[in-house]
Amino acid sequence: MRKAWWIVGSSFTFALVMVALLATRPLIAKADETKAPPAEIKVDNFTFGPDTLTVAVNSTVTWVNKDDLPHVIASNDGLFKSKALDTDQTYSYTFSKPGTYAYFCSIHPKMVGKIVVQ
Amino acid sequence: MTKTRLFHSNANGLIEHDHNRDGIDRRGFLKCMAWAGTGALCLIEGGVLKSFALGTRNASQVQSHEVAGRLTFVQISDSHMGFNKPANPDVIGTLKAAVDKINALPQRPEFILHTGDISHLSSPDEFDTVDQILTATHTPIFFVPGEHDVLNDDGKTFRERYAKNSKGAGWYSFDKNGVHFIGLVNVMNLKAGGLGTLGNEQLEWLRDDVKHLPSSTPIVVFAHIPLWTIYPEWGWGTEDSAQALSYVKRFGSVTVLNGHIHQTMQKVEGNVTFHTAFSTAFVQPAPGKADGPGPMKVPGDQLRSLLGITDVNYVQGRHALALVDASLA
Ligand SMILES: [Cu+2]
Repeated sequence: MRKAWWIVGSSFTFALVMVALLATRPLIAKADETKAPPAEIKVDNFTFGPDTLTVAVNSTVTWVNKDDLPHVIASNDGLFKSKALDTDQTYSYTFSKPGTYAYFCSIHPKMVGKIVVQ
Repeated sequence: MTKTRLFHSNANGLIEHDHNRDGIDRRGFLKCMAWAGTGALCLIEGGVLKSFALGTRNASQVQSHEVAGRLTFVQISDSHMGFNKPANPDVIGTLKAAVDKINALPQRPEFILHTGDISHLSSPDEFDTVDQILTATHTPIFFVPGEHDVLNDDGKTFRERYAKNSKGAGWYSFDKNGVHFIGLVNVMNLKAGGLGTLGNEQLEWLRDDVKHLPSSTPIVVFAHIPLWTIYPEWGWGTEDSAQALSYVKRFGSVTVLNGHIHQTMQKVEGNVTFHTAFSTAFVQPAPGKADGPGPMKVPGDQLRSLLGITDVNYVQGRHALALVDASLA
């Protein structure tokens, strides 16, 4: 009996939260309604983690450099290129079209990765 | 047939090694002296390679009779001004120690070659700091860029400051006391998955640059990334270096000086001696001896024994270049 009431109660709470979210959403993110949640790639010990990342269209991918040396994120075809990222600096790029985007570190070209946008 | 020998500069004792040479009738030799584990002195004439421990009778004989050459210069590398991580929080201090080392050399160098990674992040402040520290050598300096010097503007700032009269991305050559020096750039336009790159424009320039030189001209090639494949998994090599070397193979004495890997290493192949210099900033692991090539923290009292400079002497008429790696300790 108590358990059933708890389920009803939490569903009610959930509904309230959803109403609150829906109510505030247009205020904080009018232009970004179609944006997918952010995805992060760790640049650590001269590797991209993960080296292949699959995201939805309009996802923003953020690279964060965890190494003691700078890295430069650059797409193979020149579509995007970061400044030199020192330790803990980040670079973000939003992928608005589906496809496979190969990239590398332009100063340590053995470091390669790809973003699959679906 | 050409035999190849690869050794670290802290190799002790005598190494002897014969190989055939093409078209040069001068009997040559190379002697390499270890500095009690911190460096090596090498006399190069192609032919026979010898290595002596410093302080032995042979070593002092070599020093007095052969090292006192007609041309002395110093190579420094990888000062990484701006780096401040645990692997060396004081790159200013260690660069100043390198300057002290240079100023204390028994024979004053005529000039200094800096083989790149002057700065850590290509910032004008970092370049300024290095320039200011190096003025204390009162010696002209020739630079080639490392990848850290060309980070944000394809090397424009580097060339304006350090390679005003260079060609292309910053390559050039000059002559000193009968030795032909060639500064190459292999840190630009790198391709995904690849190594260092010279590129066709530079290779064509190099071919023309040495075309009219007699084969007896000693050649010194200097560039940031090694022009021999040390460890491709970490990018320690240059894609098209074989093409470049094919243009200088006919010369009786070729010395290739590089940096980038922050440790001394040497290989002799025919008439060509490849050598990498210490960094003045921080240590990187031996090839494959760590998960990655990043800066390596060593115990504080050991750091200066793993950083240093390279002192080079040319003995005219003998086609001999003597390479001495001297640590900052
Ligand atoms: Cu990198």
